[in-house]
Amino acid sequence: MVTQLEDLLNWARLSSMFPMTFGLACCAIEFMSTGTTVYDMDRFGMAPRSSPRQADVMIVAGTVTFKMADRIKRLYEQMAEPRYVISMGSCSNCGGPYWQHGYHVVKGVDRIVPVDVYVPGCPPRPEALIGGFLKLQEKIRSESLVAPKAIEALLKKESHVSV
Amino acid sequence: MSAFEDIESIIKAKAIHQEAAILPASAPKGFRIHADDLVVVCKALHENPSTYFDMLSCVTGIDNGAEKGTMEVVYTLYSIPYNLSLTLAVTLPREKPVIDSVSSIWKTADWHEREAFDMYGIVFTNHPDLRRILMPADWEGHPLRKDYQHQEYYRNIKVD
Repeated sequence: MVTQLEDLLNWARLSSMFPMTFGLACCAIEFMSTGTTVYDMDRFGMAPRSSPRQADVMIVAGTVTFKMADRIKRLYEQMAEPRYVISMGSCSNCGGPYWQHGYHVVKGVDRIVPVDVYVPGCPPRPEALIGGFLKLQEKIRSESLVAPKAIEALLKKESHVSV
Repeated sequence: MSAFEDIESIIKAKAIHQEAAILPASAPKGFRIHADDLVVVCKALHENPSTYFDMLSCVTGIDNGAEKGTMEVVYTLYSIPYNLSLTLAVTLPREKPVIDSVSSIWKTADWHEREAFDMYGIVFTNHPDLRRILMPADWEGHPLRKDYQHQEYYRNIKVD
């Protein structure tokens, strides 16, 4: 019974991942074209929401500057759980072209918020971003309510220690 | 008399602290003047009916490094009715780069000067609102200076 409920919940979640309308740089242009009829983001049940309170997925599309870092963190905290983060493009993955001399760029958005899926590219084409969506769907599909894998692994470790 | 000679005579009449020198290699052509003459010269060029420099295209800061010990501010002017461009350069001491603001003449100087202040730490006196424009307000240092070292952490996020 529980696994069936889980499957239902996971299916519901992965079929309606509402992304937050939110872009920082040129990656946002590719994000926008992912929403157009040619690539049709809607077929994954992904309709962009204008409020973080209604969004499930934050797509960090663009260069994360230190001035913006606080705002991104706040937006992430305003999202309701369960929430997911897709880091789109080289800049938000690791700093991108600013990795060495860009004093103003955070070298990876994972220094501010936890990231589920990294999409490489500069900027990634809409196909690559859709690939990221599919990866995230896979991740959600394997989630579990009753036996979270991370905690199980942790318990296993502890039991070894006690023996 | 050519337009450039016209401009030269206007500048030379107003530059009293130091004689205006023609910049050897600048495009558009221009003059190096004393920092204390800047506002008077700019006002004259702006108001004179034969030049009428009604637009300030750019304000550029330059750091020449600790060895030379100087900073520069370069003003690029443009006259829309006469289709004339002009460069004005001033040299400032690097330890205390202070110059008068020209934002009372051209409104656009407001943000240009804020950028020069943000990136080089050049202080513009009589500026209406001299704050950082690009970097966060609590950032340390001025990033385009030659000897700039970024801070290790900004609000607990590592800078590297």
